Amino acid sequence: MEYSEEEFLSIAGLQHFAFCRRQWALAYLEMQWNENLRTAEGHILHENAHDSFSAEKRGDRIISRGMAVFSRRLGVNGVCDIVEFHASPHGVPIFGREGKWLPVPVEYKRGAPKENDADRLQLCCQAMCLEEMLLCGEIPKAYLYYGETARRTAVPLDEALRGKVAAMLSEMHELSRRKYTPRVKPAKSCNACSLKGLCLPKLCRGGSAADYLKKRLEEFS
Amino acid sequence: MKILGNTLYVTSQDAYLALDGENVVIQREESETRRIPLHNLDGIVTFGYTGASPALMGACAERGVVLTFLTMHGRFLARVSGTEQGNVLLRKTQYRFSDDEAQSAGIARGFITGKLFNSRWIVERAARDYPLRLDKEKLSGVSASLADAIRSLPCAETLEDIRGIEGKAATQYFSVLDDMILQQKNDFFFRSRNRRPPMDNVNAMIFFVYTLLAHDTASALETVGLDPYVGFLHRDRPGRLSLALDLMEEFRSVLADRFVLTLINTKQVNGGGFIQKENGAVLMDDDTRKTILTAWQKKKQEQITHPMLGEKMEWGLVPYSQALLLARYLRGDMDVYPPFLWK
Ligand code: SF4
Repeated sequence: MEYSEEEFLSIAGLQHFAFCRRQWALAYLEMQWNENLRTAEGHILHENAHDSFSAEKRGDRIISRGMAVFSRRLGVNGVCDIVEFHASPHGVPIFGREGKWLPVPVEYKRGAPKENDADRLQLCCQAMCLEEMLLCGEIPKAYLYYGETARRTAVPLDEALRGKVAAMLSEMHELSRRKYTPRVKPAKSCNACSLKGLCLPKLCRGGSAADYLKKRLEEFS
Repeated sequence: MKILGNTLYVTSQDAYLALDGENVVIQREESETRRIPLHNLDGIVTFGYTGASPALMGACAERGVVLTFLTMHGRFLARVSGTEQGNVLLRKTQYRFSDDEAQSAGIARGFITGKLFNSRWIVERAARDYPLRLDKEKLSGVSASLADAIRSLPCAETLEDIRGIEGKAATQYFSVLDDMILQQKNDFFFRSRNRRPPMDNVNAMIFFVYTLLAHDTASALETVGLDPYVGFLHRDRPGRLSLALDLMEEFRSVLADRFVLTLINTKQVNGGGFIQKENGAVLMDDDTRKTILTAWQKKKQEQITHPMLGEKMEWGLVPYSQALLLARYLRGDMDVYPPFLWK
């Protein structure tokens, strides 16, 4: 099955979806961008925008920044921070360059490594897009770079991770088709949520608006 | 919650607003008089036929800063706002609710509940604060009838019923507004509502402050993705900010009327700041307008605790928080719309 471009979802949304489905829906279905979320993401996109035409060659690597990628099979598009092309006999020919190259996405995160899968999922999704666009077979691993540790970690792109990306995306497409914002399931994560002020997790559990009214209007009943 | 930005009020008619990098620059007679970073602003309101450059309008639209043009006397002319925030789905829900009498009545009841509750609070509060200066019996009478009105609201099924209750209650409430003016009684008195044009100093001030509040409320609605022109209680009339007027009902007394009373009672304004035209219409002079605008900015910075959200916020964010609650109600996240019930 293939998705049309109309239906494409943002790859960046995966990390929000992994964090909280409602957060993703608020941000991407309702477009309720909160400054926090916007600045965190905008920053990266902005940096990319400046040099998205640049590609430098360093030894046996080509480094390409801000590369737009998509997958019709998964129905997503987005931008890779960095895609390195490593000279490799297992690689594929790429336009305008001699030899064979293996694409390796590298995603930059300003903060520290997360406890959940969010970043790995996003990275894996980028790799899956590249595979589809380059017809290059499975990319075995990619890298996450965290600003706080100033270190690159290799992320093996195994079947489990790929399966999770695909499952999550099909769930996102389903919600997106129904334009459905999942109800609040208050969790610890709400405290760290940048959309908390918009989501109103405490209030949306139903009942509490009526309670508030009842209490306030008690003396009039 | 959102962070409260500032509103820039430009009152000189010969000013021109331009963009320089990330700043609004106010120019007068070819020279720069002020420069303010755009990211500090929520909105820009200009009085008179102040000019603005297309570049500035574009930058405002992009950054969600609403640029509003009013006449010198505060009548609305135009606003520049960017591509609507939020999703068209929310607006479609809003339109469906607006077309449905029962749904509209449900929400309208919330707005009016808030209005009456807060109006009653003003009256009660005045009676408590100035027991020696006020006719307590008269005030208690009004307070009691406002309480009756609140009690009868849940049974009001149609918009007409709600408007009926609201109309009677408003008459009651305004019948004691003059009593609550405790200073400068010769210059400031209130006999009845009039606004086109305002025929006395108090009406002139109230009308002006309502305009400011309507602007703030409309911007808040736009920020959460609602269409300020499509209302539930106020029905659509082209060019009227119906939903902003609806939502504003909750804040009129507690934010605007009380603010005007304070300006008079603390003598921040005086009779000399008003001009009466031959036909009786009253205008405020520039200084009075500036005094009001400065005080309004200050008022908006005052901290309160939102009665429902339990969160500390500035008065200036109250319209935004209610707009947000309304949006979440329309989205189906809550069983009722919870109006702002001040205490
Ligand atoms: S506040 Fe909680 S429920 Fe709401 S979007 Fe954030 S994490 Fe999800």
